[in-house]
Amino acid sequence: MLFIGGIVGGSVAAKKKDVIKVGILHSLSGTMSISEVAVKDGELLAIEEINAAGGILGKQIVPVIEDGASDWPTFAEKAKKLIMRDKVDVVFGCWTSASRKAVLPVFEKYNHLLVYPVQYEGLEASKNIIYTGATANQQIMPGVSWLLKNKYKKFYLLGSDYVFPRTANLIVKAQLKAEGGILVGEEYTPLGHTEYSTIINKIKAAKPDIVFNSLNGDSNVGFFKQLRAAGITAKDIPTMSVSIAEDEIRGIGAENMLNHFAVWNYFMSMKTPENEKFVKAYKKRFGQDRVTDDPIEANYFGVYLWAKAVEAAGTSDVNKVRVAMRGMKFKAPQGWVSIDPKNNHTRKIVQVGKVNADGQFDILWTSKSQVDPDPFPSLVSNKEVLEPGVIVEKK
Amino acid sequence: MSLDIILSQIFNGLSLSSILLMIGMGLSITFGIMGVINFAHGEFLMIGAYTVFIVQVIFAKLLGQAFPGISFLIALPLSFFVAAGIGWLLEKVLIRFLYGKPYETLLATWGVSLILQQAARNIFGANNVDVASPKWFEHGIQITQGLQLPYNRLFIIGLSSLCLTGMFIYLYRTVKGRKIRAVMQNRRMSACLGIPTPKIDAFTFAMGSGVAGVAGCAVSLLGSIGPSLGQNYIIDAFMVVILGGIGGLAGTIAGALVIGISSSIFEFISTTSMGKVIVFTLVIIFLQWKPQGLFSLKTRALD
Repeated sequence: MLFIGGIVGGSVAAKKKDVIKVGILHSLSGTMSISEVAVKDGELLAIEEINAAGGILGKQIVPVIEDGASDWPTFAEKAKKLIMRDKVDVVFGCWTSASRKAVLPVFEKYNHLLVYPVQYEGLEASKNIIYTGATANQQIMPGVSWLLKNKYKKFYLLGSDYVFPRTANLIVKAQLKAEGGILVGEEYTPLGHTEYSTIINKIKAAKPDIVFNSLNGDSNVGFFKQLRAAGITAKDIPTMSVSIAEDEIRGIGAENMLNHFAVWNYFMSMKTPENEKFVKAYKKRFGQDRVTDDPIEANYFGVYLWAKAVEAAGTSDVNKVRVAMRGMKFKAPQGWVSIDPKNNHTRKIVQVGKVNADGQFDILWTSKSQVDPDPFPSLVSNKEVLEPGVIVEKK
Repeated sequence: MSLDIILSQIFNGLSLSSILLMIGMGLSITFGIMGVINFAHGEFLMIGAYTVFIVQVIFAKLLGQAFPGISFLIALPLSFFVAAGIGWLLEKVLIRFLYGKPYETLLATWGVSLILQQAARNIFGANNVDVASPKWFEHGIQITQGLQLPYNRLFIIGLSSLCLTGMFIYLYRTVKGRKIRAVMQNRRMSACLGIPTPKIDAFTFAMGSGVAGVAGCAVSLLGSIGPSLGQNYIIDAFMVVILGGIGGLAGTIAGALVIGISSSIFEFISTTSMGKVIVFTLVIIFLQWKPQGLFSLKTRALD
């Protein structure tokens, strides 16, 4: 038995020389799988493309896929397994802030590297995480400013009852005060809530110019269906969503979301050559009925940024790659993106879109250039990041 | 608060009440007649909702299009029979061994509930699915500028009234209904007089499950369908039954109206979570004062 173990171990060690192992950690089952499966596909596509082009440093990338099962302690366990047992060089993964907070101590303890692809509430900057999704000042805050500039002054805030919507709305409220908007209502419903008739009545009574929607998951289906049944269209009261991308619209139904707004860094309808190539490759690999969206794109270019950092460092060693990633640039489907060396977040453009009949977004506004990430917006925080992992109180 | 808003809140309350009524009817009768606390009752709602989904998928596969209107009309009676069938099976293999043991049924049916949810997850996937609503439910009757009554909610109220009328006629105007009421009042005496109580039990259980299936059909018009759909309603439905008083239709109707309308009013003047808290608190206070509920069945049984 020992002998066989020795042989197997030996062959793995020999194999290890010509491949680079990366971990993929998403919820492939449970309530979050609706979003995370598509993101995993984005990672696999990037890995396959890199491998087809000859790999990195002449080595092929081998993904080790683990299921976090929408359960936060499981995420932490699987992260530990990927690092300790599979000895991967990087992990791409997580979606909810709760799962990221669960794996954060693991990555810090083993001084490892996680690439996290989803927009989130900010107020975090670990030297062991590369954040390729948007911070509040790259999504929520420009969205609110755009609305205020376009004469949507009276805001009704509607969100699911957990950390992201509550923190996001904290920022929105501070911004409304600072930029001259009016708050006419604020409401949170439990995750999975489906009965929105009363809230729709409240919205009607409050007469807002805009509903700022941070509902997550299936609640959106109930909300938009019932909104339309109550005779309210985007012409009467438009909404701006921060957690509904092309993939979610398929579930809600484009007819229920017609002409409502969303703010993201990337839309599938973007007309860059990189995006056309990306969309075509994604559909070819995973099915013509599939769509790409912001988090899928963020994970796709996350893999490329990491691969470029490995090339630059000349090794896949975690510590060297982590340093090499700072400042790394890549021409993603949305255009140039780069890692801010100060806080490990990503510089990216911001765009506002309006849902059309095909379930795609007509792009109404794009920021003039890439927006620098600010995980600690001064409206709600007196902290700032000096360098990755070093957070201080502002004087 | 304008009049429009008050009226439309009452309307919303009525629509919630009518869903709760359809679920509560079965729950109340099974508890009244067999002393079974059926925690899996919400899952029949889920089964009914998935029936609509399956019918639409079959339509789309065979005819290339979902035909939301026709498929919904077909799914409506079908959901009753599918849920009733599974209910009947459940009664035959499990529930009948647990008569008169409310605590054991509570645990056993909770297990059944978990099994059914996981089965749905394995068959249909963890993702919620969505059914296309029939075109004729899309808008509503415009009463005034600010008050529109959506057709789908009007339909749900109508459907619930229909179920209620059917159940009433069945229980109070037919021979079989009289037998059910007799067993409800005094099981032993009925058995002595030659009423086949096991048959009545299985039949009643199936019927209650079937009505919950119809409610599931109605709920599919409002949102998406998932394995835990029943969980959203089951606690409220229990509250309806307990508040109304166990075993009678009148109590269930009263309970459903009180819970539905007060939920929507308290939710309106406070928040979603707070509204629930207020309703629960008031129900607890009320039950302290009147533990039997609003209406209680007069019975001569000594239990």
